[in-house]
Amino acid sequence: MSLYKVTIDNIEVEVEAGTTILNAARKIGGKVVPPAMCYYSKLEDSGGKCRSCLVKVSQTSATDSRPMPKLVASCRTMVQDGMQVQNTTSAEVLESRKAVTEFLLLNHPLDCPVCDQAGECHLQDLSYEHGLEETNTEEERRTFEPIDIGDYIKLNMNRCILCYRCIMVADQLTDKRHHGVLGRGDHCEIGTYIQKAVDNDFSGNMIDVCPVGALTDRTFRFKSRVWYTNPFDAHRECDKCSGKTVLWLKGEDILRVTGRKDKYGELEEFICNDCRFHHKDIKDWILEGPRKIERHSVISQNHYENKSTSGDNITQ
Amino acid sequence: MARKILLHDIDVANLTDFNVYRNLGGYTAVEKMFKNFTPDQLTEEVKKSGLRGRGGAGFPTGLKWSFLDKKTDKPRYFVCNFDESEPGTFKDRHIGQLNPHQLIEGMILGSYALGVRTAYVYIRGELFYVLKIIEKAIEEAYQNGFLGENIKGSAYSLDLYCQPGAGAYICGEETALLESLEGKRGNPRIKPPFPAVVGLYGCPTVVNNVETIASLPWIINNGAEAYAAIGTEKSKGTKLISACGHINKPGVYEIELGLPVEEFIYSDEYCGGIRNGNKLKAVIAGGSSVPILPAELILKTAKGEPRLLSYESLEEGGFETGTMLGSGGFIVMDDTTCMVKSLLTYARFYHHESCGQCSPCREGTGWMENILRRIDTGKGSMKDIDLLVHIAKHVEGNTICPLGDAAAWPVASAIRHFREEFEEHIKLQQCRFTK
Repeated sequence: MSLYKVTIDNIEVEVEAGTTILNAARKIGGKVVPPAMCYYSKLEDSGGKCRSCLVKVSQTSATDSRPMPKLVASCRTMVQDGMQVQNTTSAEVLESRKAVTEFLLLNHPLDCPVCDQAGECHLQDLSYEHGLEETNTEEERRTFEPIDIGDYIKLNMNRCILCYRCIMVADQLTDKRHHGVLGRGDHCEIGTYIQKAVDNDFSGNMIDVCPVGALTDRTFRFKSRVWYTNPFDAHRECDKCSGKTVLWLKGEDILRVTGRKDKYGELEEFICNDCRFHHKDIKDWILEGPRKIERHSVISQNHYENKSTSGDNITQ
Repeated sequence: MARKILLHDIDVANLTDFNVYRNLGGYTAVEKMFKNFTPDQLTEEVKKSGLRGRGGAGFPTGLKWSFLDKKTDKPRYFVCNFDESEPGTFKDRHIGQLNPHQLIEGMILGSYALGVRTAYVYIRGELFYVLKIIEKAIEEAYQNGFLGENIKGSAYSLDLYCQPGAGAYICGEETALLESLEGKRGNPRIKPPFPAVVGLYGCPTVVNNVETIASLPWIINNGAEAYAAIGTEKSKGTKLISACGHINKPGVYEIELGLPVEEFIYSDEYCGGIRNGNKLKAVIAGGSSVPILPAELILKTAKGEPRLLSYESLEEGGFETGTMLGSGGFIVMDDTTCMVKSLLTYARFYHHESCGQCSPCREGTGWMENILRRIDTGKGSMKDIDLLVHIAKHVEGNTICPLGDAAAWPVASAIRHFREEFEEHIKLQQCRFTK
């Protein structure tokens, strides 16, 4: 396999041919990694939709020194040898990312205080880093009633950003997809047509891949803010999945079971509904130890310090 | 009278009938093709003719054909884009409805050049009556041996199908069209890969517009040089312009590319001037998605030269003072037209037709419509104008497919050229034209 040299924000990295700009940036790590609201490395064909990962290609390749005419979706654009990419070093990129954030929040309720996803919400992080201080809009948001799309999953369509990840999970992981995108444009909604239709062994992964609070765990609903629970790596013998999970504990009580997510919020392995919903007794599990959570989210990172004009540390 | 290539026989009675078309010299291009051309030679001939895609983008047709991946063992497909739904554009319907055999003959020529065994005409769902006409014509072509196995005793076989869409403008975008043709939701695909490599059912595919394909028989019959002799240096041949709006004679006209806009609007051969002797205010020259131009800039370029109906002349001045030939949907507005209301109409259309896949277009199109509606109903504020410019700027170029651009350009250009009218609307809190 030939290796390509790519420069992102003046940092050079060597990656295999066929790597996307986003994954090349992830190989460097840190600040040069563009945000990704819809791309999910474990889901085939994901990405390209949210446009939050747009970057500037200032030189196409070693043999073609021209820049690409438009900003490109880094999650779907393959690197070429000698490519020069600007992410945070381009004012144009940052400006358009700000606009994308504004678009994503246009119809997204600011109901973080009552949203189970708060604290691990990618849109919360994105809007913290790239959002406006004050809104430009006076439009009313489109609203939907929250519905149960299965015994375990609550759909709050108001919060959905139409990343299509949950649809890809159903397509690629389960034997049959029972939900999809209905309607067109900003009337689009995730729906099942018949309520509570989603019922299969791996449907719970739809919750884990949802970047926002549109799909939440009904068994965890309003039990606790996530930052008041303690995550532990644990496993059990399971004939459907690897059985490797994270238990979110309050004392001895398991409030929630999820898959193990990496620093980009992506699952290391998909887990089955049996592990996720039916084993809430600590005796069912072999505890491995405290889970190290990548401190990337707004709440866990003490980001709000930067907001303090006095320079005093505000602790949560 | 200008030379007619596409509409030469259009007024002949019963032209949709195979025998009528055949007696006028129809399908001779197919016979000539088998005698004189290998597929590669045919592609070369189309390249030499300088024919450019008539769907809106104006990409050279022969060049597009030569991108088709011929190295794979996969079948190749040729698809006719008949999803004509751009507001102001109704030229393809004219061909399909009145001269379907010209389109079918072109499909045979294109399919042969591309080495295609199965071809499709994807027609807009609302044009169901045209679908029936085309299906009857396809049936006749089969009966007369121009479609099916071993066409006219040659080794070449072709099947042609006509498939209606389900009523979505976005399915005119070529990759959304292919998704829809495959029976899926018509969401545009993320490119690359381009259809020439991964198209219909994952196979190499060429998608061409109706008018482009219908031009092929004439090019083969009369030669590429004859076609290239018509028009200007960069815009060869003839173009159908569907003229509508406040003119005396709306309709579909065939022009030789390079015709002055002024002549097209005011000459009796074409639009016949503005209705009621009114003053020309603005023109959208190439279908609703291209930038609108005020009268002084559509008749003359910023340099003071006469504006011509050609790709390069309409683009003269970029988006600051120019526009695009687009699909040839020529919308004329006289001085009784409210720019805010007309823009609202287009914004509403793009909001309604956005597929909702990528966020700038999904959210931006609705937002722009809401703001324009606010201004139109007298509730707008001055900062709304800058907000519209801001939204249009960030929708443009940042979306998966060109629908985002198509929604942003009309807004940006209307404000660029008619800003004072928007301001007046906001100040008066009502419309000067409809009160």
